[in-house]
Amino acid sequence: MTLTNYLVLSGILFSIGAATVLLRRNAIIVFMGVELMLNATNLALVTFSRLHGDLTGQVMAFFVMVVAAAEVVVGLAIIVSIFRTRKSASVDDINLLKS
Amino acid sequence: MDVNSLAPLLVAVPLASAAVLLLLGRRSDRWGHWLGLLASTAAFVVGALLLVELLGRPADDRSIRVHLFDWISAGRFDLSAGLLVDPLSLTFVLLVTFVGSLIHLYSVAYMAHDAARRRFFAYLNLFIAAMLILVLADSYLLLFVGWEGVGLASYLLIGFWNHHTPYAVAAKKAFVANRIGDIGLLVALMLMFATFGSLDFASVSAGIDGGLASTATLTAMGLMLLLAACGKSAQFPLQSWLGDAMAGPTPVSALIHAATMVTAGVYLIVRSAPVFEGAPTAQLVVTIVGAITLVFGAIVGCAKDDIKKALAASTMSQIGYMVLAAGLGPVGYAFAIFHLVTHGFFKAGMFLGAGSVMHGMDDQTDMRRFGALRKYMVVTWVTFGLGWLAILGVPPFSGFWSKDKIIESAFVVPEGAGEWRAWLFGAVALIGAGITAFYMSRLFFMTFHGKKRWTTDAEGHEPHPHESPALMTIPMIVLAIGSVGLGFVLQLGGGFTTWLEPVTGHVEHHEPVLPVLVIQVVTLLAVAVGLVLAWRQYASLPVPETAPEGSALTRAARVDLYQDAVNDAVLVEPGQHLTRSLVYGDRTAVDGTFTGLGRLTVGIGELVRRMQTGYARQYAATMLLGLVVLAVVVLAPRI
Amino acid sequence: MTPSTAETVLFWVLAPIMVLAASGLLFARKAVHAALCVITVMISLAFLYVAQEAPFLGVVQVVVYTGAVMMLFLFVLMLVGVDASDSLVETLRAQRWVGWLAALGLGVVLVGVVGRATYPDAVGLAEANAPGNPTGVARIIFGQHVFGLEVVGALLVTAALGALVLTHRQRLKPLVKQPERAAARVAAGGRLTPLPAPGVYARHNAMDVPALDPDGNPIDESVPRVLRIRGQEAGTAEYRADTYRRAVTAVLAERGVVGDGEVDAALGTVEDDPRPAAAPPGTTTGPTADIDLGGGSTRTETER
Repeated sequence: MTLTNYLVLSGILFSIGAATVLLRRNAIIVFMGVELMLNATNLALVTFSRLHGDLTGQVMAFFVMVVAAAEVVVGLAIIVSIFRTRKSASVDDINLLKS
Repeated sequence: MDVNSLAPLLVAVPLASAAVLLLLGRRSDRWGHWLGLLASTAAFVVGALLLVELLGRPADDRSIRVHLFDWISAGRFDLSAGLLVDPLSLTFVLLVTFVGSLIHLYSVAYMAHDAARRRFFAYLNLFIAAMLILVLADSYLLLFVGWEGVGLASYLLIGFWNHHTPYAVAAKKAFVANRIGDIGLLVALMLMFATFGSLDFASVSAGIDGGLASTATLTAMGLMLLLAACGKSAQFPLQSWLGDAMAGPTPVSALIHAATMVTAGVYLIVRSAPVFEGAPTAQLVVTIVGAITLVFGAIVGCAKDDIKKALAASTMSQIGYMVLAAGLGPVGYAFAIFHLVTHGFFKAGMFLGAGSVMHGMDDQTDMRRFGALRKYMVVTWVTFGLGWLAILGVPPFSGFWSKDKIIESAFVVPEGAGEWRAWLFGAVALIGAGITAFYMSRLFFMTFHGKKRWTTDAEGHEPHPHESPALMTIPMIVLAIGSVGLGFVLQLGGGFTTWLEPVTGHVEHHEPVLPVLVIQVVTLLAVAVGLVLAWRQYASLPVPETAPEGSALTRAARVDLYQDAVNDAVLVEPGQHLTRSLVYGDRTAVDGTFTGLGRLTVGIGELVRRMQTGYARQYAATMLLGLVVLAVVVLAPRI
Repeated sequence: MTPSTAETVLFWVLAPIMVLAASGLLFARKAVHAALCVITVMISLAFLYVAQEAPFLGVVQVVVYTGAVMMLFLFVLMLVGVDASDSLVETLRAQRWVGWLAALGLGVVLVGVVGRATYPDAVGLAEANAPGNPTGVARIIFGQHVFGLEVVGALLVTAALGALVLTHRQRLKPLVKQPERAAARVAAGGRLTPLPAPGVYARHNAMDVPALDPDGNPIDESVPRVLRIRGQEAGTAEYRADTYRRAVTAVLAERGVVGDGEVDAALGTVEDDPRPAAAPPGTTTGPTADIDLGGGSTRTETER
């Protein structure tokens, strides 16, 4: 086995996350898909860090985690406030982008 | 005394006065007219000092250029604003400031009851300043500044009572007609700049001497300058505005539309003598235009019943004489200016007289409502009569010395031209003198002689003609004295022509095709015939109160020989058609293109709009698909 | 450097689990199940991190993702409704196959690129991790990326504030507290005191016996509503405390008058509410009464 396996796994997880974003309608699940994509990236970063023998990759993954945490906080707050007004967590109910 | 420091004052003083009067507004209402008079008089005093200075110099040292400031400095083009004090410009300075001051004085009384008198004086001062810039400029460009300045002042003063719509329209008409002439001046300026690379008189003259310009260029330049002169001096075919310009207050008519501004065209032609010397064709055209206007104005003058319009037609005709003389070349330049000066005096005097008559007759201007005024307005009658004798050319009044010289010059065969010219222009000038005698006598007799034809005005009160106050009669008396003696004094020993020689050049005496004595006698005979005819018809026979229908020529002359109709047909209507078709073209072709483009954009937008569903998931799918396609495209060559 | 056998085994055990769990995200009907799947993936990732010589990140992964982020998800799910199941029927036209196409395309591209790329020989982190992995990471974070760390800190604070602002609810009506409720009750009129308990303790304490007011008249409302609706209330006349009547009867008897009719005439009273002892359900002619159901709200109910 080589480190490539990790990268392939990362790609598969990323694609599944993307599919989740495109195919699910529940905003929370969509959001989980986004988190999955971020995690897949982190896996790739850690793998590359090991490949090159440089810890910077891990540091980047760390920063990704922090930013993801902030993103989750804001994103979930948005979902909650939308749910309060619309009584729905479906992304398709929110098409305010169409004027 | 230093010319350099005095000359700028000529322009600065009236300009400052105008600025003060306009900026202070009502606060200067009580003393504004006196300030205006003071500024004008001060300018005259400065002019007189300059005259003394110039007379003290030898004849060939009488042209002084005063540098004011560097005006335009662009690449090779370097123009400074400067004044040129020489006999010609100083003659104009003295005429403008002297007659101007008298008319300021007259206006103090004439405009006494007008609420906006201060504004009137501000405009008058503005006019004086602009006119002085015009005549003192040492380059065509600065002359153009003055040229536009007098046009503006003329516009403001013709439309001074602009609450009265026809007057405002008249002002606009004068402005537009002047603009047409200004185009000529602008084109001439551009031609000069293109040919000589400079615009001051000295460089242009030197450039012509140096052979920089071909005859064709000079002819074009000359014709353009003539167009400018026609606009400003109301010469054929741009003369239609002058009659309407009489809408302005009478002092304005006297100052601007008789004595000074309208003669600017003559000044321009004389000042551009080098150009015309090099372009005989242009010169011939100048002569022809002068001759046509001379006869045209005289015929119109015979039919007008409005005293001011008759005088305006006379002005047109007299300036025709000047232009005719200016077109004759160096032979005529001095006499053109000479006639200009004497005309300035007697015509201004007569206009002031007409103003005085109107003042006494409740602003009535129809001569058929006058008659027998000589007993009621003695001073006006005498001063007007002296001006009348002067314009008739009766010896020894001023007009005789100047107009007879022009007629004599017209009979001189120009160098290298056929004898027919001398006969043609001489005859026209001579016949013009006869007609002038007729219509001026008609005017004089209808106003001051014959029976009373006064009628009540609309409000039903009888006019009580009375002599005008001293403030009005004094200028009239002074101008009358000038009408009597100025010509004689100036021609003593050829004084005036010698004075102008540094500018107009020395000419050897040429013999006319007829002996001088014969010309003088025939001229006087023509004048006498005109006078007697007028006496028979308008003094001894009763004058009908309403105009009789008259012959076809009379009817045509009453409407300025259909000048307005011709202008409408030749210029206005084609212009309107052109404008309309342009508008149509603009709407259909130009606007159509752009509205079509707009519609196309809207249509495409309508199609693309459907892609905006508002569903975030669809947007995400689009983005991801795009990303995948992009990645494939980028990576495909590497696989 | 090649991964050890143990790591290989770990990878091949965890990788299918992770892919399966991730697929659960795609197919789970309930959001809670999806969340559990994600937690599985994340914990597995933490194992992989540790295996990949990144123990610090492994710990952080567990603490931040499974410990904080996913708990937050579950809280929100709780707020939104745990049982809100998501139908998997697609509503947007063509979204399904476009989505699959895009995702599959992405997967093919990613895996293809990653798989076909040539890599340098793996170096491994033995050297970099010599002073200990957290120490190495900390050196880089606080050495090269101090400014970035500060910025990320500011971002976190901002995000927290943003969440507060986003979920803040504007009060549209004034707050209603006890004084306001009491004032509203008094203003509405009706009975303010608690209802009397049923039963006349001197004679009966059964639930179907109405209490008596100070005049001796029975209070219908004191009988439980259910009994009244069923018509199982005991007759009121029976339990009237007719002390006054007895006094009147006694006075009349002294005057030689006997008999109920005379007493009634003297009292001027007529028997009210001659309720039958046991009427069939649904045929009662009960009075309309204000019944305080407790909880402060007075509402009018018509008994039928």
